[in-house]
Order: sequence, then C-alpha cells, then structure tokens
Amino acid sequence: MAAVDIIITGVLLGGLFALVSVGFSLQYGVGRVLNVSHGEFIMIGAFITFWLFSSHGLNPLISIVVTAPLTIVLGWALHATLFRRLMDKAPSVDIFEGQSMLASFGLLYIVQNIARIIWGSQTYNLTFLQRTVGGSLLIPLNRLVAFGVIVVIGAILFWFLAATRLGKAIRASGQDPTTAGLMGVDIHGVLAICFGIGLGLAGIAGTLMSTVLAISTSMGLQYTVVAMIVVVLGGLGSISGAVIGGVILGIVSQLVTYFEPTMSFIAYYIIFIILLLARPKGIMGK
Amino acid sequence: MKNTSSAQTARRFAGYSRNRLISMGVMVVIFIILAILPVVAPDSYWVTRISEYMRYGILAIGWVLFSGPTGYMSLATAAFYGLGFYMAAILNGPLPFAVVVILSGIVGFIVAAAIGALTLRLRGVYFCIFTFAVVLLLNQVVLEVERLTTGTRGRFVQQESVHVAYWAILIVFILTVVVTMFIRRSRYGLALQSIGEYEEAAAHSGINVVRTKVVIFATGAIFMAMAGAIMATRRSYIDPGIAFSMETSFLPVLMAMFGGMGNLVGPVLGAVGFTALRDYLVTAYPDAFMLIFGVVLIIAILFMPNGILGVAQQLWRFIRRRTGGSPKTPLEKGGRRAPA
Repeated sequence: MAAVDIIITGVLLGGLFALVSVGFSLQYGVGRVLNVSHGEFIMIGAFITFWLFSSHGLNPLISIVVTAPLTIVLGWALHATLFRRLMDKAPSVDIFEGQSMLASFGLLYIVQNIARIIWGSQTYNLTFLQRTVGGSLLIPLNRLVAFGVIVVIGAILFWFLAATRLGKAIRASGQDPTTAGLMGVDIHGVLAICFGIGLGLAGIAGTLMSTVLAISTSMGLQYTVVAMIVVVLGGLGSISGAVIGGVILGIVSQLVTYFEPTMSFIAYYIIFIILLLARPKGIMGK
Repeated sequence: MKNTSSAQTARRFAGYSRNRLISMGVMVVIFIILAILPVVAPDSYWVTRISEYMRYGILAIGWVLFSGPTGYMSLATAAFYGLGFYMAAILNGPLPFAVVVILSGIVGFIVAAAIGALTLRLRGVYFCIFTFAVVLLLNQVVLEVERLTTGTRGRFVQQESVHVAYWAILIVFILTVVVTMFIRRSRYGLALQSIGEYEEAAAHSGINVVRTKVVIFATGAIFMAMAGAIMATRRSYIDPGIAFSMETSFLPVLMAMFGGMGNLVGPVLGAVGFTALRDYLVTAYPDAFMLIFGVVLIIAILFMPNGILGVAQQLWRFIRRRTGGSPKTPLEKGGRRAPA
C-alpha cells in the first residue's frame, strides 16, 4: 500500500514540479535567459491567489484567470524592456546568458522585497478542498484537482506549441534564432511572448501551489532550484524532458519524505550529481 | 651560479615596463598605508569598514581569477566562504587562529578541486547551475548534520579582536593580489586565457584543459575560505543560513562586473563601491535597501556592461578623439572577455 501511495502522491507533486520546470525550460531553451527569479513569480501567483481568496472569497481555481494574464504581461514587459536590451548589446550568446542571469538575480531581489513589504515574512495557509478521495488510497482532493488543472494547461500548451503559427515560431526560434529571423519570424516579439508564457506558467503554478502547500514570501528560491534540477535531469531546453524530470523528482521527493522527511532536498542533489556524471545531457537531451 | 641567476633577475626587471613598476610601487605604498592604519587611527569604525572592503575585494578577485578569463560563471563563492566560517567555528580556540585560517584555505582548495573535477568537464551553463545548487546543498547538509549531532541550529565562534581580524584579512588580501598577479602572468594563467578564448584549440595545443581549470578554480577558493574563517571570528554566532548565503555568491560577480575585469583594480573598485553603497542603503533605508539594491544591480548591468573601467575607457577614448590623439585603447586592442 505504501508503494502505491508514494507513487500517486509523487506523481501529483511531480505535476507541479513539471509545470514550474516547463516554464523555466522555455525561458532558457528559447530565450537563453537562466531566470533565477522564476520562483519569485510562483510566489507572486500564490500570494495573489491567497489575497483574492481571503479578502474577496474568490475560488483559487478561478483566480488563475487573474494570475496567468498578469504574469504573462509582466514577463512580456520584462523581456521587451530589460532582456531585449541586454540581448542587443551583448557581443555573444555566452555573455548574454551571464548578464541576463545576473539581471534576473536583481529581479529576484526586487520582487521578493516588494512582496515582503506587502505581506511580511510569515507563513500562510489557504484551506481549500481539504478532504481525501479514492477510498482506502486517501488521495488529497486538492492535489488531485491541481493535477487535473496541470493536465489541462499542459494539453493547451502542447496544442499551442505544436499547431499554432506562433507556437511553431517559438520552436523555430529555440532551434536557431538567426535562421528563424531570416524566415520572417519577428524574433524579438516571439522571445518576449515566450518569456511571458514561461512566467505565466510560474504564475499558474503559484496559484495551484497555494491550494496544496504553505506559502511564504521566501518560498521562491527553492522552486527555482527544483526547476534547475528538473531541467538538467530532463535535458536543457527540452519540454518533454522537463515533464518527465518533474514527475521523477516528485516521486523521489515523496519516497525520501516517507522515510526521512528532512532529507528530500539533499536527495535531489544526489540525483543531480549522479546524473551530471552519468548523462550530462539529460534524459531527453540530444 | 649565483651570478647567472642575478643576471636573470636583472633582465627580468628590465623586461617590466616603467608603467608596471610605477603601479607596483603604488600598490606597495597602499599596502603599507593599510597596514599601519589601525596604529595611526585606532578608531574601530574605519578598521571594521576597511576590513569589510577587503573581504569583498578578496572574494571578487578570487572569483575573477578563474571566471574572468574562462567565462565559466561560478556561483560557489558562498560555499567556500561558508566552509571557512565553519572551520573557524569548530577549530578556533582549540587551535591557534593562524593555523585555523591556513587549514581553512587547504580545505577550501580540496573541496573546490572536488567540485571542479565533477563539473568542469561540462558546458558552462551546467557549471553555473551546479555551483548555484552546491551552496544550497551545503546549507541543507550542514543544517541536517547539526540537527543530528548537536541538536541545535547554529554555533558560537570564539572571537578575535577587531585589529587581529583586520591584519589577518589584510595579509590574505595582499596574498590574494600577489598570487593572482603571478598566476595571470604565469603559464597557467595564459593557458586559462586561451581556454576561455577557444577551449578545443587550447586542448589541441597541448594544454591539459581540465587540470588547468580545476587547479585555478581551487586556488581562488583558498582565499575565499580564508576570508570566511577570518570574518567568522568577528561574529559571535553563525548558522548555515548566515554562512551559506546566496548573496555571498552573487555579490562578488556583480562587483567584478561593476568594476571591470581587465585587471585587478576593477574588482577591488567594484568591491569598495558596492560595499559602500550597501552600507549607505542599509543605514538610510533599512526596510527597502534590498529592493533599491536590486534596482541598482539591474541599472548597472544595463548601462555599464564593461564596468566602471569600461566607462572610464570610453570617456578617455572620447577625450583622445577630441584632442586628435590615437584612437587605439586597450579595450580595442582586444581586452579580456567579460564572463558568460
């Protein structure tokens, strides 16, 4: 029974990790921005949801309608002003990667401290659908609902990237920005939208996270690290890799938590180190 | 035998340009002024403040030593610095202070060599992610070990006086500057620079790429760990969150970029500038200082990609062009690459 429990809760948590990591992977894989502040936008999503829930009684799932557009626009604006400027001025991709990472560290400071001025540094809990389903399996309903939302979002994203013109432009820019530009893709516009989608996924992940876990203004960095590990696990820039990596990390996390609750973070690193030694390109890397 | 060696020395000195001798002279004078400062002005305010500047100077130079020429962005500074903290917390008292500092340097070197050997075979971005994560890993591991062995969160450190810490950090600072200067001019330094320019070509011309990278990365870590061991004795209490703070990793990078990485003056200028700015913001806006700091960081990256020295060079070029002098500046002749 324990094994089934661990796998089910692991997959449910892994869905959240995957959602966080796909956003991170889009930002790095297409835009070459190693966004250290990714987790901060998860926190923003979580706190806006919490605020709408506690002061206006809005259902957390409905608040996705608020958090997703907000973070998408925020990400678009950030890329259009900050990262585009850096990209145009940097003499090479390597230098751009370094500078954009440092700039995103500056963002981390800014976003986290604005949030701390508004919400303080205590931990909040949002009670939503706190019962279990599945008979003797005792699956928490809120996690199951969050997972369902993730599957829907994932399907929409997949359709968007695979079938729409803009999605194809994003994938083309990820493969070879110069050629994509020559083929008539407005590279600046596409990268900004792509960065916006990445942050939008972080915002949605934040909303869902607030329904299942405790939230605080310093929660962001740990999810950034999770995203980094998952993305290396799956292969840098590979979206399917990020999904698989997320689910694997979720299961590992639950497995370790079952035996030794405080060790899950350490376990991530051990996987990370083994992977770097054995297959540095990641599971889905080419 | 003795004659030939002194002749060689003479030839070597003749090889130095006058400018270089002057700048070395200036450096020695600055070091002497710094050394006698606590005697002349025993006011602990300035002594504390200048040791703070030197601490960040050490971290920034230690970072530039490896990451400047290669472009591999290391975010592990806090890992080595924090190791120094814990060395001091555990050993200072049972062992003399000087021994603790030297031991910290050795441990820093070994740990950095292990991290380097694990990751420096990989592409730059993996190295960056790994070093970023290793700081958080150490934070967690130390917290866990403390919980299991002592059942507490932090430790007390046996303190040293302001002046002892000042002189210790000055010695490490001088050591850092001198060793870095020598490494940059040595075969290893040149090898490292050619690795940064084109790694495969460097490997084909007979450089042991991985060993060079690992050794220099670990050498930088010696100074970081020593600085950590010294600065820990200025606090009475440390815990993993203080020792392995992300800020310690990012600040030296920003300082080096802010100051410019073409030579060693840049990182030190950046360290002094940023530390002074931070001190000012902490006292003037205690609530919002991190927020303002983030804004300053982004502005610095956006508008000063080559640092203060880059701005100064641009200004200099502008003046020279106005007065009709030669437009060639060191930057145009092929300055060192900014890190990736």
